[in-house]
Amino acid sequence: MKPNCSVDIGGISLKNPVMTASGTFGYGQEFADYLDLNSLGGIITKGLSLKPRAGNPTPRIVETCGGMLNAIGLQNVGVDEFIARKVPFYRTIDTTVIANFFGTTIEEYAELARRLDAIPEVAGLEVNISCPNVKQGGIVFGTDPAAAFAVVEAVREMTIKPVIVKLSPNVTDIVAMARACVEAGADALSVINTITGMAIDLKSRRPVLANITGGLSGPAIKPIALRMVWQVAQAVEVPVIGIGGIMTATDALEFLLAGATAVQVGTASFLDPGAAGRIVREIEQYLVSEGIGDVTELIGALKV
Amino acid sequence: MQFNSLVISNVELSPGYWRMRMTAPPPITGSKPGQFLMIKVNGGSDPLLRRPFGIFDTGAMVTEFTDCGSQSYLEILYKVVGKGTAMLAALHNGDRLDILGPLGRGFTPGDPAGEKILVGGGIGLAPLYFLARELVTGSRVRLFAGGRSREDILCITEFERLGVESYVATDDGTLGDRGFVTQVLERHLATAHNATLFACGPMPMLKATAEVARRHNVPCQVSLEAYMACGMGACLGCVVKGKDHGDNHPDYRCVCKDGPVFDHCELLWEKGEGGHS
Repeated sequence: MKPNCSVDIGGISLKNPVMTASGTFGYGQEFADYLDLNSLGGIITKGLSLKPRAGNPTPRIVETCGGMLNAIGLQNVGVDEFIARKVPFYRTIDTTVIANFFGTTIEEYAELARRLDAIPEVAGLEVNISCPNVKQGGIVFGTDPAAAFAVVEAVREMTIKPVIVKLSPNVTDIVAMARACVEAGADALSVINTITGMAIDLKSRRPVLANITGGLSGPAIKPIALRMVWQVAQAVEVPVIGIGGIMTATDALEFLLAGATAVQVGTASFLDPGAAGRIVREIEQYLVSEGIGDVTELIGALKV
Repeated sequence: MQFNSLVISNVELSPGYWRMRMTAPPPITGSKPGQFLMIKVNGGSDPLLRRPFGIFDTGAMVTEFTDCGSQSYLEILYKVVGKGTAMLAALHNGDRLDILGPLGRGFTPGDPAGEKILVGGGIGLAPLYFLARELVTGSRVRLFAGGRSREDILCITEFERLGVESYVATDDGTLGDRGFVTQVLERHLATAHNATLFACGPMPMLKATAEVARRHNVPCQVSLEAYMACGMGACLGCVVKGKDHGDNHPDYRCVCKDGPVFDHCELLWEKGEGGHS
């Protein structure tokens, strides 16, 4: 018998626990030649802002040992262009689409939530709080529990769609951040965003990235992500979505054991555009070979 | 498309410069000159990302890997510059590679009546050879090749075998004229008629070529190189500034998807060494 792979994230039913992470899968259509988008549990869009954003100067990316640093600078088409040009494609596919967005003020977050709430093709919202608050001296929303609470509360008021908050790992106490977001009304948490890092070129004595620092992703960050998912999943009642260096079904299932209800595949899609689809198939095969009838049996099944 | 490939041959042409031939599915022969491939040089996570390479040639041949009929193949030229290319240089006949491609927008040959002028620097000659093979069927083709030294001038014989007339300049004068290839190009353009330029090489050479094209009012297509993670327009790591770029009105183009070949008029050529950042 075919095992059950579907999971529920704050009221959104996913076909399976495998989604594609924001910023690594474009708006989805770019990858249609390389995998069956309908086989995915979900697609998280590139992060959207109210106005189009240019992003950072180049170089924007550099490979590091077992991973990569990026400082793209949240380049995106803006929410108007997204609604006009990208959303119509979602009517042609049968996959859950979740819109990722960010702002530089609480008002911008709220306005984006209001705009996206009106789009029927968007099943849920993922809030990126790893951005500086321009009205508060540039402190990153996602590193201050009170600021994160305020953002999530403002978003919550503007939408009836499930709200997922993507947490920054660049904090001392991720559990405190998680609790603040859940108290403010988050339906689920994505754990983790990239870890701030840097690369230096000895020859030129300069940072490799024009932005000096960037976000580290890829297999190098998986142990940190697993640890944070495990800590957060024990502390909150809402579903956790595990993200960080997932390349294979084994990686994905480890996140489930740590307490994640679903996962997002990120950097893996860059080197293997069909990675997320392959991981879906590998999870199914694992369940069959192990005689597990329901993938949810693995969630939080870590033996400590 | 994404395909598994077997190395047919891997030869060092000149110190640090290699030419690799590998198997590919038949549709590869429909690739456009200027398009590129993203190659995973090993199965592990170090190096993690694929590496971009321009297509040097495609064709079909009888190989030991096929029982009957011919096997389609592709070729790349590469320079060993880091960990990924060093691993590539260590591969032998029969070794396996994972390839994505052909990707991106290639050269547009244009009206065959005019003279076609290729301008290449170092490893930038790779896509120009593939282009020359297509252009020589209908047009007169000239090559202006530049490099630091004679070791950096590759495959001139292959170009000449196609009937391409070649002009060489090196920084140290060990082959051809001493100086920049764009200086030799400029002298030629003074007498050329209805010429079109196709350039690939290091950014300072491309910038100088675009400047020559602008001065002589001749069409010019340039093929760019950039760091990229995906090769399909998703990572946005490889962007260059388009002609309308400004602080308040961004115009970024992806080298992988909008390029790697651009009309020189589409890009913003800034002063200074970098040119594209």
